[in-house]
Amino acid sequence: MNALQSNIFELITIIFYCILIFIPLLVGVVLALYADRKIWAAVQKRRGPNVVGPFGLFQVPADGLKFIFKEIILPDSADKIVFLIAPIITLALSIAAWAVIPVQAGVVLANINVGILYIFAISSLGVYGILMAGWSSNSKYPFFGALRSAAQMVSYEVSIGFVIVTVLMCVGSLNLSEIVIAQKNIWFFIPLFPMFIVFFISALAETNRPPFDLPEAESELVAGYQTEYSGMPFVLFLFGEYINILLMCAMTTILFLGGWLPPIDVYPLNAIPGFVWFILKVTLVFYMFAMVKAFVPRYRYDQLMRLGWKVFLPLSLLAVVLTSSILFFFKLAPGMS
Amino acid sequence: MSISLLTFYLFSAILLLSSLMVISTKNPVHSVLFLILAFLNAAGIFVILHAEFLAMILIIVYVGAVAVLFLFVVMMLDFKTSLEKDNILQYMPIGLLIGLVFIAELVIVLINTRLDLSNIQILTNPLSNFLDQSNTEAIGSILYTNYVLYFQLSGVILLVAMVGSIVLTLRDREGVKRQIVSEQVDRKGKIELVDVKSGEGVDI
Repeated sequence: MNALQSNIFELITIIFYCILIFIPLLVGVVLALYADRKIWAAVQKRRGPNVVGPFGLFQVPADGLKFIFKEIILPDSADKIVFLIAPIITLALSIAAWAVIPVQAGVVLANINVGILYIFAISSLGVYGILMAGWSSNSKYPFFGALRSAAQMVSYEVSIGFVIVTVLMCVGSLNLSEIVIAQKNIWFFIPLFPMFIVFFISALAETNRPPFDLPEAESELVAGYQTEYSGMPFVLFLFGEYINILLMCAMTTILFLGGWLPPIDVYPLNAIPGFVWFILKVTLVFYMFAMVKAFVPRYRYDQLMRLGWKVFLPLSLLAVVLTSSILFFFKLAPGMS
Repeated sequence: MSISLLTFYLFSAILLLSSLMVISTKNPVHSVLFLILAFLNAAGIFVILHAEFLAMILIIVYVGAVAVLFLFVVMMLDFKTSLEKDNILQYMPIGLLIGLVFIAELVIVLINTRLDLSNIQILTNPLSNFLDQSNTEAIGSILYTNYVLYFQLSGVILLVAMVGSIVLTLRDREGVKRQIVSEQVDRKGKIELVDVKSGEGVDI
């Protein structure tokens, strides 16, 4: 009986931690949506959202409220169950990946040994939400969008995988906290700068962000896989997409920008709590994401595939071989000295 | 009844049910989706066995790559017309035959192995001997030392399979316009900068 009680207590604490992750994430998504629109507007010399609330800050919650009260339209010939499951899967998977993200030394819900593989696995599952949405809509444009998205995500996952391998060879562990701690002396984006660029661009493609937003290219495919969605399911897609973008920003931070570590380990900087640095870095990466959206034109589909398979894949493969050779010959690899 | 036991029963129940659904649903896309659910639950059982590396690799390789291609192909089939024509009885004999062969094999294996219940701990939790190092390290230290030859051999076989499938599908088509980026970017000899005097113009 006692064991059962402690088990239930454990379960309740886990649920509590989940809520503790979910609510800041929700606030983060709202702010990210707002920042995205504001930055985009500023680049184009517009004002952006500025009517609802101070500085237009309540625009996103107002939009969300509007979507909640809209009717959920189920297309007549759609596969209704799959149609409704698809957005739920997208959102659930994007939130699930955050369970292993360390925001500060020791502050992480699940400090598992294969953290980076877990994130890689979860993000490779993300393609199913889009594929299911495109197929179940039983309509041409969503289907094209889904096919494009699936091909794109599978292609860029390969180069992301190799970039992760290069970082892992410098760390010697799959644990995300240990990846951050390994950057105590030097953040990885300095020695592995080309891989940082490859990861950043692949992250754009993986999250279907412009200039790689072909799955929802409005000039060709209406809205891609989201065409038939309205109301709440559409919001789930939107939130899932932005949580994925924030996840990719957090991944860039952890793999290359030293996670929660301060830039220099001196007094006034290292007195600031780690999660502040983490959030600052994620914000910086997100700013870069938003700027790319503002001033890079959309790729054509064959250019996208060429970049993925003929440029990034050989480049990241070369980086794996080169990094491992350097680490081996100069005896720099973890556990070799 | 611990939580890990409860999750085991949950995962196995969903695993069995979804594998049953794979063969019993009429819609092939639903079959593939149930297959993916089965893969995921198998990965969950791996996690319970402390084989988290295997679980993640199962998801990344089978669910993230292989099943996506499955779904790709099945989604593009026009199965609505073929559904009505299909007759279950047509495929029944061969299916039963394959099922019988599998059952016979399982029975032979069960008869020939004496289940030693004294080391049930190792049977249910085979990786407990390696708990001092992480699962990934344990697999790596065995795979790259004792079994490095087999590992390399399987890699070469996969490479040959990959090259083979590329060769089989490679076809040179005439009249395809390709974008050659290097030619586009390299503007030497293609662009000339000329100072034009006003009122005179230039010869092209």
